Amino acid sequence: MHELSIAMSIVEISMDYAKKNDSEKVLEIEIEVGELSGVVEEALDFAMEAAIKNTPCEGASWKIIKIKALAKCKSTGKAYELDNLYSACPFCNEYGHDLIKGKELRVRAIMVE
Amino acid sequence: MCDTCGCGQGEEITIRKPGEKVDQHTHAHTHDGSVHSHSHHGADGLHHHHDQGRAVLVEQDVLLKNNLLAERNRGYFEAKSLTTLNLVSSPGSGKTSLLEKTISDLKEQHHFYVIEGDQQTMNDADRINKTGTEVVQINTGDGCHLDSSMIQNAIKKLQISKPGFLMIENVGNLVCPALFDLGEEKRVVIMSTTEGEDKPAKYPTMFQSADLCIINKIDLLPYLDFNMKEAKDYARKVNPKLEFIELSVRSGDGMEQWYDWLKALIRV
Repeated sequence: MHELSIAMSIVEISMDYAKKNDSEKVLEIEIEVGELSGVVEEALDFAMEAAIKNTPCEGASWKIIKIKALAKCKSTGKAYELDNLYSACPFCNEYGHDLIKGKELRVRAIMVE
Repeated sequence: MCDTCGCGQGEEITIRKPGEKVDQHTHAHTHDGSVHSHSHHGADGLHHHHDQGRAVLVEQDVLLKNNLLAERNRGYFEAKSLTTLNLVSSPGSGKTSLLEKTISDLKEQHHFYVIEGDQQTMNDADRINKTGTEVVQINTGDGCHLDSSMIQNAIKKLQISKPGFLMIENVGNLVCPALFDLGEEKRVVIMSTTEGEDKPAKYPTMFQSADLCIINKIDLLPYLDFNMKEAKDYARKVNPKLEFIELSVRSGDGMEQWYDWLKALIRV
């Protein structure tokens, strides 16, 4: 359940930015989650419910934007989409790759009062 | 905040040396099982538009704070000439035994410091303490991993005077610790022959983030169906650069290779 620490950080970041923008209340949070970030969407949903309680984010809604993973093969240099960390390159069947996208774990934007 | 429910009650994390007492935090509140309402967040994934709201662009990495603190720890370790390892595994793979044996065998030549992470008990710190090594135990309460701020607080308790190794034994868990950089130089994942060889496929994030994979309990291989090649193949699919050392803490087989790997890390 590391999602709770993640959710608590999301709430903290949202509150920081609300404050910087002279607001006491967060209405909405947009979160980007890469498909290979190691965060489970359902667990994050559950954790967010707990994390917003008794904070200026209480009552806020959140939207999880999933980011599809994209890798670049180290042998062929070609980019390919992948569903898990152990996907071989579809062009050469090798496993070594650099992830270009898919590890994101970011607060993209918030809506404040 | 309560790490299970986020209720805001009490500080769960304790950091202490063997023999030190802390006030036990009693967590006496109930979770009444009430239905969690997911305000505005509809099952169809749509969200409400807030007419009076102002949009604020944030674009901040959620783990930024942890990562910044980890870098600070890393700088401290470098300045103190400490080679720091983060040992991760599922419970029962032999992390503490490996540490005990390593320290006993090498303590004449090298200085060791240990940070132990567990949800509860001082048991592991007490075991390390018996080797005469400076150790601090972090009890995470209900938390499932160590993070860089816990390490920062723990190193304040360790009296680090000499260059050497700082071994951080993470909470036994192959999932959560993968995401949290502690400032370590190398991450070592330990699996044992009594576990399935498909562990690396089941917990790919951890194996991807590791530098070395120790496969422990090889003395039991004659009694098990563990397929060594398959285990390594699974791990290499996730992390082609992963190094492997097969050993048995109990019989001592392979320990020399592990010691050579450790010694090669020492900063000149």
